[in-house]
Amino acid sequence: MMPIVNIGPLAIQVPGLFLLAGVWAVVTQAERESRRLRLNAAVVSNMLLIGLVAGVLGARLAYALRYLDVYLDAPLGLLSLNPTTLSVPGGAVTGVLAAATYGRRRGLPLWSTLDALTPGLAALAIAVGFAHLASGDAFGMPSDVPWAVELWGEARHPSQIYELLFGGLILFAVLELRGRLPASGGLFLLWVGMSALSRLFLEAFRGDSLIVLGSLRSAQLVSLGLLALVLTGLHLRVVSANREGSDHA
Amino acid sequence: MSRLTAVIRNRLRWTVFSALLLLAGSAWTIASRVPAAATTGGLIPSPRQGFLAPDFTLDQLDGEPITFSDLRGKAVVLNLWASWCPPCQAEMPALQAAYQQDGGRGLVVLAVNTTFQDREADAAAFVENHGLTFPVALDRDGSTSRRYLLRALPSTFFIDPDGVITRVVIGGPMSEATIRSAVAELLDRMP
Repeated sequence: MMPIVNIGPLAIQVPGLFLLAGVWAVVTQAERESRRLRLNAAVVSNMLLIGLVAGVLGARLAYALRYLDVYLDAPLGLLSLNPTTLSVPGGAVTGVLAAATYGRRRGLPLWSTLDALTPGLAALAIAVGFAHLASGDAFGMPSDVPWAVELWGEARHPSQIYELLFGGLILFAVLELRGRLPASGGLFLLWVGMSALSRLFLEAFRGDSLIVLGSLRSAQLVSLGLLALVLTGLHLRVVSANREGSDHA
Repeated sequence: MSRLTAVIRNRLRWTVFSALLLLAGSAWTIASRVPAAATTGGLIPSPRQGFLAPDFTLDQLDGEPITFSDLRGKAVVLNLWASWCPPCQAEMPALQAAYQQDGGRGLVVLAVNTTFQDREADAAAFVENHGLTFPVALDRDGSTSRRYLLRALPSTFFIDPDGVITRVVIGGPMSEATIRSAVAELLDRMP
């Protein structure tokens, strides 16, 4: 665990560096995949940039709306570099909406664009795993397995290492499977499905799960629902692609 | 057509595969259920969000000891600082303003001077010059700073009435809006 590295007078937040590397991976991989899928790589890059900027602005505005009286009194706080005053859900919704609106206006096909983003997103998941490893977040349950690590005063499952291993396997599968599925959107749906399955399995080893309905881990329930949607969606996409192929033949 | 595609396209095979996968997932979810208290970090003392703030006892500038756990039931802003640190100097007026505004509603600002890397006389002069009225404790041997894994100055911990850390801000200076919104979140948790 190394949340901060001091370089001279600067305190560098290591998890933030990993997340930046992950965003860089999404952008560079998306450009490469766009060219392979014959999409306009410049438009895809612009879409990501717009999504990122809108996401950051949306995250700050959503946070400020929660404490509106404070920010009306001290509006310069909107410009603060402090990441704790960002609303992650607000930023995610704003960023996705802005990117989707721009992509639609510029005529990007939805499913192929999602396929182009998939290898980068799989790489981003690994960067998130490294960020968790650096910060100590997403920590494991207390355990006496021989490979347990000492964290927060107890021997625990090295859940961040599990997350990295599964992230690596998923990235490998995505790179192997790209171009092999006839349906556009198939690669994206497979990635979502594999990620949901991975979370469903690994959540059992987490020590920070949100518990609902008395004793169930909420992330597992969400993953199960997502998995059901993806399994249905994948079948429908492949059948639809096959039908279109038959119609064209 | 790849074998994978053939499996996905076949409705019967895919339905059976999906049902088995979801059943296995449901079984795993049930097998890995735990009591709510088993996964919370709120009972473990550690200087991070969601954990219990580590306890300590320190002398204040006036010589009176202060024990952190005695502040249970109050919203606490714990600020680790040094008189020579420019961001610490910059954010102190906003901390004092928050204390003046919400001290009556159960807010305590506890400023822990990292005396092991500062001078007691400089800390006292700083407090006087800035007109700080909240408690200022002296970490002479660095034990509290080590307990809070101090890596950068200032470091600020926002702690709810149950003693659980709700937010950690490493570095500074914090804007007035950052301090006031974090305090508002704490005060919402007051009984």
